[in-house]
Amino acid sequence: MPDSNVNSVTLIVNGSPVNVLAGTTVAVAVAIAGRPCRTSVGGEPRGPLCGMGICFECRVSINGRSHCRSCQIVCEPGMEVKTDE
Amino acid sequence: MSRDSESRFDVLVIGGGPAGIAAAVRAAECGVRVGIVDDNPALGGQIWRTGLGNAHSDDAKRKMWSSRLPPEVMAFYGTRVFDQAAAGKLLAEDADGVRELCYANLVLATGARERFLPFPGWTLPNVMGAGGLQAMVKCGLPIRGKRVVIAGTGPLLLAVAAYLQKQGAEIAFICEPAGLVRYPGKISEGLRLKKALAGIPLATKCWPVAAHGAQALESVTISRAGKKENVSCDCLACGFHLVPNTELQALLGCRITGGYVQVDEFQQTSVSRIFCAGEPTGIGGVESALVEGEIAGLAAAGQAARARQLFGKRRKTRRFTTILDQAFRLRPELKHLPSAETIVCRCEDVSYSRLQEQQSWRAAKLHTRCGMGLCQGRICGPATEFLFGWKQDSVRPPIFPARVASMG
Repeated sequence: MPDSNVNSVTLIVNGSPVNVLAGTTVAVAVAIAGRPCRTSVGGEPRGPLCGMGICFECRVSINGRSHCRSCQIVCEPGMEVKTDE
Repeated sequence: MSRDSESRFDVLVIGGGPAGIAAAVRAAECGVRVGIVDDNPALGGQIWRTGLGNAHSDDAKRKMWSSRLPPEVMAFYGTRVFDQAAAGKLLAEDADGVRELCYANLVLATGARERFLPFPGWTLPNVMGAGGLQAMVKCGLPIRGKRVVIAGTGPLLLAVAAYLQKQGAEIAFICEPAGLVRYPGKISEGLRLKKALAGIPLATKCWPVAAHGAQALESVTISRAGKKENVSCDCLACGFHLVPNTELQALLGCRITGGYVQVDEFQQTSVSRIFCAGEPTGIGGVESALVEGEIAGLAAAGQAARARQLFGKRRKTRRFTTILDQAFRLRPELKHLPSAETIVCRCEDVSYSRLQEQQSWRAAKLHTRCGMGLCQGRICGPATEFLFGWKQDSVRPPIFPARVASMG
């Protein structure tokens, strides 16, 4: 459970605002938004596997930069996240 | 800890888990200039990941070691080493661009990752590693009321189960392939976990054979003492022990035997002034990582006599390393989990049947693109080694995909 002094952060996932606790990673924000992170070359939806920046399954575009490993990036206010780049 | 553009170090530590922190602390005590680099947003590695500040089983130890890091140690977070520009100079990338990190002595404390084995449906969203799901929960993933199946093997599983249960998850099953669960050593830890896990069904001779769902996981079929059983769940946390991260060591020419980086009594690799500590030298857990890190840090700072005083302590932890290795051998049945269509290489969507036609890792890369994607074989490499006995060939830079602008 969050500490009482933990603030929340609102970021944008695929055009919709998502509100999360400060310190939440982008991979988790995408999961809370109910989205897979990407579509595989064969057309499958994919989400995080390793949770530690190794597998690249959680990659999304953040503020226009593609291939960001969302499990290693903490949400910032106003961040623009796009899945399935 | 400070952060500025100056980046020339007497001792540079790569990896901010227990081994890396211990190395940096000990080197800094010797009065030399120390830097520590990690690709996560904070130090702690996987085992000491704090995320949103959840209570932590290893909290006292983590706090004690972190508090010993003096402010003079320069820490680079969110920074990933991808190549070496020249001897003694590494190239690393962060959100802002490239850094050149120069060192006189290097300590590689790059940790381990989970081994994943393919089975039908393992690519569905919400099928994750055991450590992977724990990391996601620590980073804010809501798990309260979710039904979780935990499967696979290795030292993480029970601790992950206890953690997730404490966070409010409903653990449907812990599936353990061994007939007899022999979670080794550390009696106090074992007892504590046993108490924490009271009430969770522990199924032996049990492993996942298929995960089902349309757009995400809905249920798992498990094989339990030879019988198949369907279990509905929201998440499957499944990893098959750990494999060390040795790509950087390989790039720098350090000798690697049987998957592990070879070190001398001072934790020095086959390359002079490059040291290695923690899981890359043998999967041994946090106690082993800490003492190896201490020895590496002192030796890298030129304090061989002080390093030597810790040899006895390290000897004790090594026994645990050997026991872990024996306890978590993979059962041969697990080689038969993939069906013809099961994806083995997730980056390039290469199926099991396409790989069955290949003779070697190199042939598979050339003919199917297996291992040629962004993870560079870090996930499918250990899987195909188990499935087909393939050895990965040499590591080439960049060891992580870097932005074209970084490549110079």
